[in-house]
Amino acid sequence: MIIKNKSVVDDDWSVLRLNEGDTTESVAVPSGKIIVPLKVWQAQRDKLSQRADLGVWLNSDERAEDLQDDLAKFAVIAVNFPKFADGRGYSIAYHLRTRLGYRGELRAIGDVLRDQLFYMQRAGFDAFAPRADKDIHEALKGLSDFSLSYQASSDEGQPLFRRVQRGGAA
Amino acid sequence: MYRYDQFDHQITAERVAQFRDQVRRRLSGELKEDEFRILRLQNGLYMQIHAYMLRVAVPYGLISAAQMRMFASIARKYDRGYGHFTTRQNIQFNWFKLQDAPEALADLATVEMHANQTSGNCIRNITCDEFAGVARDEIVDPRPYAEILRQWSTFHPEFGYLPRKFKFAISGAEHDRAAIAVHDIGLSVVKNAQGEVGFRVLVGGGLGRTPIVGTEICDFVPWQHAITYLESIVRVYNEHGRRDNIYKARIKILVKALGIEEFKRQVEADWQFTKNGPCTITEAELNRVSACFTVPAYEQLPEGDSAVEALQRDNKAFANWLQRNIKPHKVPGYAAVVLSLKKTGIAPGDATAEQMDAAAELADRFSFGELRITHMQNLVLADVRQSDLVALWKAADAMGMATPNIGLLNDVICCPGSDFCTLANARSISLAKAIAERFDNIDFQHDIGDIELNISGCINACGHHHIGHIGILGVDKDGEDWYQVSIGGSQGNSAGVGKVIGSSFAFSQMPEVVARLLEVYVRERHADERFIDTVRRIGHGPFKEYVYATPIAGDAKLDGAEYASLEKGTPYDMPYYSRRF
Ligand code: HEM
Ligand code: SF4
Repeated sequence: MIIKNKSVVDDDWSVLRLNEGDTTESVAVPSGKIIVPLKVWQAQRDKLSQRADLGVWLNSDERAEDLQDDLAKFAVIAVNFPKFADGRGYSIAYHLRTRLGYRGELRAIGDVLRDQLFYMQRAGFDAFAPRADKDIHEALKGLSDFSLSYQASSDEGQPLFRRVQRGGAA
Repeated sequence: MYRYDQFDHQITAERVAQFRDQVRRRLSGELKEDEFRILRLQNGLYMQIHAYMLRVAVPYGLISAAQMRMFASIARKYDRGYGHFTTRQNIQFNWFKLQDAPEALADLATVEMHANQTSGNCIRNITCDEFAGVARDEIVDPRPYAEILRQWSTFHPEFGYLPRKFKFAISGAEHDRAAIAVHDIGLSVVKNAQGEVGFRVLVGGGLGRTPIVGTEICDFVPWQHAITYLESIVRVYNEHGRRDNIYKARIKILVKALGIEEFKRQVEADWQFTKNGPCTITEAELNRVSACFTVPAYEQLPEGDSAVEALQRDNKAFANWLQRNIKPHKVPGYAAVVLSLKKTGIAPGDATAEQMDAAAELADRFSFGELRITHMQNLVLADVRQSDLVALWKAADAMGMATPNIGLLNDVICCPGSDFCTLANARSISLAKAIAERFDNIDFQHDIGDIELNISGCINACGHHHIGHIGILGVDKDGEDWYQVSIGGSQGNSAGVGKVIGSSFAFSQMPEVVARLLEVYVRERHADERFIDTVRRIGHGPFKEYVYATPIAGDAKLDGAEYASLEKGTPYDMPYYSRRF
């Protein structure tokens, strides 16, 4: 189960993570819907390009720009949060949405917790795989912590001062 | 004051609700401490030695009388009747219970206050010149820009989990009073040759383990582009700042590693995507925000007041107060007044609930109901009629807030140290007290003149010791409190980091160390030369030689009956306060 478009839905994708001993060249990518690491995609590009059921995930220290020419090839792009306190994934999402024009599913995976979902959604994520030990229905509530934001981001291109008529001097 | 509108209120209310629920989940065990810690820090809630500590934001240091009264009320209701004003123009309450924090935030929200981003690895509360809007040397009032940046940085979705804390300071005057050079980003509002307003931007300053003075990244960013440009700086930092080592995670390390040219290139490459985009600040928005700062209804008054001048001749204490605590005002007949929170025997920056209420009262009576908090840990009444100075002085004196020592030896900047802080190596407040007692003579302080003595209890430098004319750093030696001394640091336009004079000293030796430094100064100074200028002229040598020339009594052990009772870890608490102001 994941959260997608603000509701809890079934999910038939699996995420490939390298085990000890695997290399990006040699690891076997199983059939079926699978989200592979960026490095595996880069190493096995020729083979994997044929597949329609492919996603790719970036780690927090990787760059959205590395996917620049391939965006149309993926049904889903995921960004891994190795720790919830690692905030690089927010900038990656922002770049994918606002600079590279990615419109497909953008999924947060890894150490994804309820209290981070609101910012993640603003930065451009529309799908979330909360950590397995957490209640996903509880996590869903995190998307509606605020009904209003000051600044522009991926979800809302205009800052508050351009969106609404605000109060001025009395 | 800046007036919030319905949108600010709604965001603040939703934040309170969010935090209330987070605390509920923590108390029920749904959230583990390591998950909760970051959430509570972003709401200003620390775990200290004795209790939780709540740090409440005072955006750009500006506060209304009603807000000050709320601090007094929080101090009484949830704390032990006092609060601590900090170098970041905030206030801290030291004895909080976790369960009370949501209720306190709800109380604060009733007067448009909060604890947003007063801690944690996000963009912190933006600090500002405490004399903004009234200073005679002001070029442009920085507060509307500070408010625009407050809104931009509050709950910024991309920058809530930066590699480290991120601090902005902004000044709009000829003289920098906001220590902009030792902030992650320092902004100075300037005018170019055409009279257009923009920002000179410094980046990569900071204190802590690796003190660095910020480097200019751009000498003029037109004000319209402030948000987009600053956002690019923070974005490059978010993506490339180190996360493997917390001591190397600050932007100053990134800027040093890349070099300012390369860092600037990356910032400008990022900026190309947003420059002139929707986040460009509009004239209408700047005007709206500026108009939300109430302009006091100044009267047309003559400069000077005969009653003030008469008392100044007759009363030495009043004369001293006028000389040290009154600052020039751009409007004739008015003055800016600093209320000292540095009375000897009181922890620097501490105020009791009674003092906060009194300060609010003084603000209502004498200063259009507004106050400011200074990064030197004092309060300011910015708009006082000169003809009210005598009455104000009497009222402030009665509350222990008229000590005529602003900018003098006992106007110490001081962090909480090991009296409160879990990270400390040594006590700071107790040391500030010991030093203050040694130099309690106000005539002596006036003779020494302008000097900045800054004390930090550990390398994190919360007491700004690096930029003190005399800087004191607590270090740990076999579980005893020891102190390293540096001289020659300074804030302001010629900011610089002080140099250590030699091996460290025991607690009980420290007042004598300071005395010896001052002796050298008194011996060597030219007429009207400040301590810092003497240090710059003659160098460290003579100071160092004299301090170490003969042994100082009180080696190693914390002897002296007065300090014997202060065993390490014993909290500095209310008994220390003389409640007889
Ligand atoms: C709860 C107690 C406190 C804790 C745990 C704490 C923690 C820290 C830490 C870890 C740093 C080092 C940052 C770095 O080098 O990257 C730091 C720096 C600093 N803190 Fe605190 N602090 C506390 C209280 C205070 C107080 C009371 C003040 C103001 C009086 C303050 C103001 C500062 C300032 C101005 C710096 C230097 C910032 C810089 O290098 O840019 N802190 N603090
Ligand atoms: S300088 Fe050290 S001891 Fe002082 S408040 Fe900061 S962290 Fe604590």
